[in-house]
Amino acid sequence: MEAAETLEVLRRHEAKDILRFITCGSVDDGKSTLIGRLLYDSKALLDDQLTDLAGASRAFGTTGKDLDLALLVDGLQAEREQGVTIDVAYRFFATPLRKFIVADCPGHEQYTRNMVTGASTSNLAVILVDARKGMLPQTRRHSFLVSLLGIHRVVVAVNKMDLQDYRQGVFEAIATEYRAMAARMGIPDPVFVPVSALRGDNVIFRSQFMPWYTGPSLLEILETTQVEDLAVAAPFRLPVQWINRPDQDFRGFSGTVVSGAVALGDRVTVVPAGWTSAVARIVTMDGDLERAEARQAVTIVLEDQIDVSRGDMLVAAHQRPHTADQFAAHVVWMGEEPLLPGRSYLLRLGTRQFSAQVTEIKHKVNVNTLEQVAAKVLALNEVGFCNLALDAAIPFDAYGENRETGAFILIDRVTNQTVGGGMISFPLRRAQNIHWQHVEVNKAARARLKGQKPCVLWFTGLSGSGKSTLANLVEKQLQALGRHTYLLDGDNIRHGLNKDLGFTTADRVENIRRIGECARMFVDAGLIVLTAFISPFRSERHTARELLEGGEFLEIHLSTPLEVCEQRDPKGLYRKARAGSLPNFTGIDSPYEAPEAPELRLDTAILSPDECAERVVAELVRRARI
Amino acid sequence: MPLTHLQRLEAESIHIMREVVGQCRNPVMLYSIGKDSAVMLHLALKAFYPSKPPFPLLHVDSTWKFREMIQFRDRRAAELGLELIVHVNQDGVARGIGPFSHGSAVHTDVMKTQALKQALDKFGFDAAFGGARRDEERSRAKERIFSFRSASHAWDPKNQRPELWSLYNGRVGPGESIRVFPLSNWTELDIWQYIYTQNIPVVPLYFAKPRSVVRRDGMLIMADDERLPLMPGETPEMRWVRFRTLGCYPLTGAMESHAQTLPEIIGEMLAARTSERQGRLIDHDQAAAMEAKKREGYF
Repeated sequence: MEAAETLEVLRRHEAKDILRFITCGSVDDGKSTLIGRLLYDSKALLDDQLTDLAGASRAFGTTGKDLDLALLVDGLQAEREQGVTIDVAYRFFATPLRKFIVADCPGHEQYTRNMVTGASTSNLAVILVDARKGMLPQTRRHSFLVSLLGIHRVVVAVNKMDLQDYRQGVFEAIATEYRAMAARMGIPDPVFVPVSALRGDNVIFRSQFMPWYTGPSLLEILETTQVEDLAVAAPFRLPVQWINRPDQDFRGFSGTVVSGAVALGDRVTVVPAGWTSAVARIVTMDGDLERAEARQAVTIVLEDQIDVSRGDMLVAAHQRPHTADQFAAHVVWMGEEPLLPGRSYLLRLGTRQFSAQVTEIKHKVNVNTLEQVAAKVLALNEVGFCNLALDAAIPFDAYGENRETGAFILIDRVTNQTVGGGMISFPLRRAQNIHWQHVEVNKAARARLKGQKPCVLWFTGLSGSGKSTLANLVEKQLQALGRHTYLLDGDNIRHGLNKDLGFTTADRVENIRRIGECARMFVDAGLIVLTAFISPFRSERHTARELLEGGEFLEIHLSTPLEVCEQRDPKGLYRKARAGSLPNFTGIDSPYEAPEAPELRLDTAILSPDECAERVVAELVRRARI
Repeated sequence: MPLTHLQRLEAESIHIMREVVGQCRNPVMLYSIGKDSAVMLHLALKAFYPSKPPFPLLHVDSTWKFREMIQFRDRRAAELGLELIVHVNQDGVARGIGPFSHGSAVHTDVMKTQALKQALDKFGFDAAFGGARRDEERSRAKERIFSFRSASHAWDPKNQRPELWSLYNGRVGPGESIRVFPLSNWTELDIWQYIYTQNIPVVPLYFAKPRSVVRRDGMLIMADDERLPLMPGETPEMRWVRFRTLGCYPLTGAMESHAQTLPEIIGEMLAARTSERQGRLIDHDQAAAMEAKKREGYF
């Protein structure tokens, strides 16, 4: 290629815009074949990749002597062996008009989370329908998820037209049915194209076999569809990622303009704190800018010295986001363990992380029928409409108005896995209208009157490890020392406050949540609280700890081995559990997650109850609580 | 004016790098001296300007790199005033591991994969940037931008963390780490175009000139130092060649070319019908070679 020609190609390549799209279809819809066809016919494949493909087609192929184009996209060894797509693959190709990033997503329900991963960064969806089968439950599921994730441009490719003799009636019937469904879901103006991915009809080139179809080919649709960019139209938002301080004289806030634009002199507010200042400089290594657009990564210097940290957001002063500590959102659950209302998760929104609980699952959506059904938990790949409560008021926008500042992920505290994705619908007004009643007599005053520092002694361990026995002994000793105490005991609480709860994981979580709240109230009353519950899950103990101030929560792990507890079996429960008549019994068929760093660890197989009690009291003295 | 795709790629990479620094305790940037590393380093300079990137560079030196690569590496680090950590698997050196004596698979495993794990463990890095791109290879196309590694540095492709929007999850437990690929969405053409428009320095081996090479297994191997054992009938000859990708010299094939400028290189690439990894011996060792190596901790 001549240099001048190369420069011309580069100039054109530079000016191209980019379209990120997702393809969804079911196991046999021919989705991978379709992408393979796009790559193959747009000459995005190179000779050695074709040689590789020929080898793979011989080893794994399902198309006889022809190249199996699906193998281009199924990248993992397991995928090629099983002939299914498991995870999202990202593919790249370009035409003279546009550059494309394709997220090829698995269609099977068990991989819904992977499809949602692909959809979250796409602006257009190509949904495949098998002409022989018509609309299937998965077509509804894919369309629902696409609309839920806020993708408004949908192209329905009716595939395998060759196997239906390229009949117009087949295509029209599917289009009519789909249009009706799309209207119900709020997908505006879907576009339809009849194709055969295997034979290449209407994928890149218009087909000679379907003269009744006069519209553009799939690639022509992808090249010309205008995708409106919500981020450009939305108000200015910049979540601060990093405080840039090379020396004493420079203090800038680095981050990406996730929506809107900002110019020198613009008034911006730091949320949630609420300080307002003006933009003094927009710094980049290529020189200062006068204006930064949506998606640009910049460093902003403000005119006033105000306190800004990572996690804060700079916003247009006259167009502020919502601020609330409770909101309603759609949650797509991606964890192997179900979502449990009341359990504490980490919530990441923008560049900030919070502690969050789902307080209520309003309903879950049957993704195949779109029915709303009642639910106590959300299992893997389920979608629910939930209320969430956070440990602080946070700034956000509704997802429908701003994909960047209305989306969040949920992270499991123990495994650090990303277990959920959420899209905020609206703030809950009760969060704004219910204020804490200001009370004149506070915790410090009550504690002073009792002459003590309130705290919680949280005993945790297997059934039979001696929690109740030890808590009783400790309480007696504290009484003798003139301390005001209160003991919350597992069995007693379940006779009253928590008698509506059983022993499923969800109920156990709620059980401990209520006890944590009770303990907090008693601490607020100035008491030294002792709790004796198995409390098997780290997350809930962590939540209880977070309700209190630093130093007020002492986790005491009775690490007595299971064999010893089972041998003691004071209530005959282990025997019943082993016999199978007591399901969900901790240590037998329900897990106990031992504390990683308890304030005190005691093995009652080695130490006597009195020795243990002495150590607990000594620990309180050492920590200057009594 | 909407951003061009290169501007968007640049901004996305910068966002990723800043997120790592915001979330992780002790990040490092793997610097392999090639064109992708050159772009990644340039993006890091941009991401933290006017500060310097708040992490060191790490080069895992297999001791078989082209000499010009090492010179380039040391010069760049000095010019930019960045901390450069060079790690060699001394155990492998003591055992005399090399591509000629032990074959490419063993050499790559010991001097690259094991060496990398040693370095990450030694310095306790909890995040490591790599310059890999999804368009390079099939299993890379499946990998997340924040790619979780277990305490033994293993990748589990069937159990990757969902990665939604631009919300990245860099949380790890003790000993675990995240490999981060800020160039995931770049293609080879994007890389060269960016080098050209941003005027980024690259190793001179990418440009053609007469070099001493031998023809072996259909590839042109450069006689970069006296360690290249000649087979019967082989004689090094001077040919106009350049490299499309850089690695250990005995494992990296040259291509015949007269391209001496960036537009000429890009012109050749646009006309070429083979992908860049074809010049790499290590990928052809076994089917799904890259996926297997990555599971064991390779970048």
